[in-house]
Amino acid sequence: MTIRNVRDHGQRYRPRMACLKKVENVVLEMQDPKTGVKSQTQRLVITTIPHAITGEDIVAWIANRFKTDAAEARAMGTMMVAFGYIYPLQDHKRLILKPDTSLYRFQTPYFWPAQQWLVEDTDYAIYLAKRNIRKKGMLELYEQEQYNNLYKWMNHKWDFIVMQAKEQYRAGKERKKPDRVVFDCQERAYWVVHRPPPGTVSAMDYGHDRMVDPNMEEKKTPDYYRRIIMFIQQCIMRPRVKSSVSIGALIKYTTTYKEHDPFLHTCLPSSPWITDDVTYWTLNMPNVETPTKMRVERWTFSFGELLMDPRGRADFRLFLKKEFSGENLAFWEACEDLKWGAAETMKEKAQQIYKTFLARGAPRWINIDGKTMDITVKGLAHPHRYVLDAAQTHIYMLMKKDSYGRYLKSPVFKETQKKAVAPESHRFTETQLEQNAKRRRPSLSPIILRQQEEEQKAKLAASGPVDITQVMSKLERKQKN
Amino acid sequence: MCDQTFLAITFGPCDNCSQNKPLMNIYLKNEPINYCSLCVELMACQGLAKGETIHTLKTESETLKAKLEEERAKLHDVELHQVAEKIEALGQFVMKTRRTLKGHGNKVLCMDWCRDKRRIVSSSQDGKVIVWDAYTTNKEHAVTMPCTWVMACAYAPSGCAVACGGLDNKCSVYPLSLDKNENLAAKKKSVAMHTNYLSSCSFTNSDMQILTSSGDGTCALWDVESGQLLQSFHGHSADVLSLNLAPSETGNTFVSGGCDKKANVWDMRSGQNVQSFETHESDINCVKYYPSGDAFATGSDDATCRLYDLRADREVAIYSKESIIFGASSVDFSLSGRLLFAGYNDYTINVWDVLKGTRVAILFGHENRVSSVRVSPDGTAFCSGSWDSTLRVSVRFRFSGESDLRNILYSMVLLFTGIRDYRW
Repeated sequence: MTIRNVRDHGQRYRPRMACLKKVENVVLEMQDPKTGVKSQTQRLVITTIPHAITGEDIVAWIANRFKTDAAEARAMGTMMVAFGYIYPLQDHKRLILKPDTSLYRFQTPYFWPAQQWLVEDTDYAIYLAKRNIRKKGMLELYEQEQYNNLYKWMNHKWDFIVMQAKEQYRAGKERKKPDRVVFDCQERAYWVVHRPPPGTVSAMDYGHDRMVDPNMEEKKTPDYYRRIIMFIQQCIMRPRVKSSVSIGALIKYTTTYKEHDPFLHTCLPSSPWITDDVTYWTLNMPNVETPTKMRVERWTFSFGELLMDPRGRADFRLFLKKEFSGENLAFWEACEDLKWGAAETMKEKAQQIYKTFLARGAPRWINIDGKTMDITVKGLAHPHRYVLDAAQTHIYMLMKKDSYGRYLKSPVFKETQKKAVAPESHRFTETQLEQNAKRRRPSLSPIILRQQEEEQKAKLAASGPVDITQVMSKLERKQKN
Repeated sequence: MCDQTFLAITFGPCDNCSQNKPLMNIYLKNEPINYCSLCVELMACQGLAKGETIHTLKTESETLKAKLEEERAKLHDVELHQVAEKIEALGQFVMKTRRTLKGHGNKVLCMDWCRDKRRIVSSSQDGKVIVWDAYTTNKEHAVTMPCTWVMACAYAPSGCAVACGGLDNKCSVYPLSLDKNENLAAKKKSVAMHTNYLSSCSFTNSDMQILTSSGDGTCALWDVESGQLLQSFHGHSADVLSLNLAPSETGNTFVSGGCDKKANVWDMRSGQNVQSFETHESDINCVKYYPSGDAFATGSDDATCRLYDLRADREVAIYSKESIIFGASSVDFSLSGRLLFAGYNDYTINVWDVLKGTRVAILFGHENRVSSVRVSPDGTAFCSGSWDSTLRVSVRFRFSGESDLRNILYSMVLLFTGIRDYRW
């Protein structure tokens, strides 16, 4: 039978399966007598089944229609079988598409997944009872188990169920033999989809239900519109940029990082996942002594890259120390610590930062303009985690526009660049690769690494910060002498 | 913190009630004002003023929407694929699975990489959360949650804790311990409390704060130590399914996607919804920032993945094919942002060329839906978690003794002979 159009069967009970409508459209196309899949009458045991299609024809049609290759067409076909739009005539319990001469048929729309009624256990009970009437002992083991369960908890309506089953059986007998066989196949396929045998993957399993019913319209109260109006007004006033500029920036980013992307360029010496050799990771540890050339190159891409890499930040810190402007970076780090730290310690951290960096005569006084200092000091009366935001941005911009440029031209950076390693690409033979695979070792747990880091930090803190006032007074005394 | 983070006053005296609170900057009759979130709500909930009806409000909102589209169109001078014409094409890729992590007894719902580039945490439907060393495929830690459907899990930046949650409506943080005999559930900290299931969680730049999204339509920022709610984000009208924090450089924002087909960008400081995009035709399952932070990609049940540019304030690319009709459940970018890995509900993973919009690879191999795809922190591999209860770590296959010509020839041979069976 040919289905000529798809009516909207609603998605009321299949809220997370927007794909079903699309599958239905494809099935409709496949059914077209002229441009659809070739159908033939097949003889199965004694009866003839009309409109049967072979697996390989389905794959060929899909591959042709969507211009894909055989593997993809087969995957799509399997999904259609799994959803129950096409069902296998042989081996009916395995809902996959076999790209050979195995036979399939289109399922009748009555049994399609997107119908308006729930698949209910009552119907399943009636179906199993009907099969039991026809031939005792015909149920599979898992079906028998389910039947027993249903008998137990649907006992109160069991008479109704048996009566329905008998009626359906009698009505079925009055049909012509081929029609009956076809209907039996369709019904059986429907239940394989909705009550899958144990151990098989069910396409009907769509995961967790959503809270909100997609078919319910949102109530349009005044505040609904007012909120939209406020939001859109804000959107309109928001500054935006020309498409050419922003898209250009996206493309520039990709081009800059092209050689650093392991999916586009091989990483040197070799990717640990491919050769089972972890040199790549050892060379790129967060606090390694000599970084690799690629890593140093990334520091030149943007100031953010330099700061995000612990080794880069350490190098930058060294440079700033030589220039006696280390307090900027220290202030920025302290602000980050405040922003992302625990809520409990926030107030005292803010006070500490004020005393160390912002107060008059502070040991590590930072140079920010009057207005920002004003806002910050006022905010510190009621500290919250973003109280130092303005000052932090100011200092960040200062470092980015001034210190960063000088750092890239400084001897510290040039020294690091010169010492950076450029490892050779590995060339392993087959036997070496096998050995590597056998010698995979676990690495130090991050927990241990963190303990080591804390110990190091404690040592650094013990050596104390540079007190600028002391240094200045020393210089003064030297001058006097 | 790039130049784009505008220095708006985010904390201070509200223009209406004069209390010191986090402020939202909105516009009244084209004048910028700073109201606290309570005053904004009160303003929205005023009854109808004289001469206003629902219809007048509706028409006003429609005219404003049209005006917004007009403003956006003014600056739309070029399409992505036009600019991308000058870039060389990538050709077809060959991907290979290098590790298969077996051990979950049920569907794997979520996974996350550790910053050490080799450890993974994954959570599954039966309530188990496992920490693996993906390189050696050893299981290092395992936790059994008291609920099923653990839909969210995240690794802490320090690598010393994991956060997970799901149908228990909570997000709990488990500090990891080296002692094998210790029961990790004993030291668990319950951090987030929502009124419906937890769909996604993420640590911010430290172990001390967590951002969560929930089926109750809200996102929230929590302090881990005290469990205190720091900020909540309201604006979605249906379940929020996914969120992603902006890369540290670009400031304090994050993007969330939900079942109301909207992707919203939020300011973490004030809780304000800064931008919103509604071009998808169905639920948005996953959102991910482009590595530079100026754009983000979404994967949705309508079988498309889309790229939205934040500065130009519009959708700039759609990644779809007629033959792909099943929803995308998870997306992630490669390190340079050139490739977009997307896991679909038809058990496949498609790899897209972000700039040109073409597909460069398709991977088969999973036997059930792909629920989660993430690229490792150094970009060397990507891991896919699936409902077939396995996790697979895959890389791009190249000949060792790197010769591009050989690789091109190999991929051409594969194309012509049609041998693309990656069932391994």
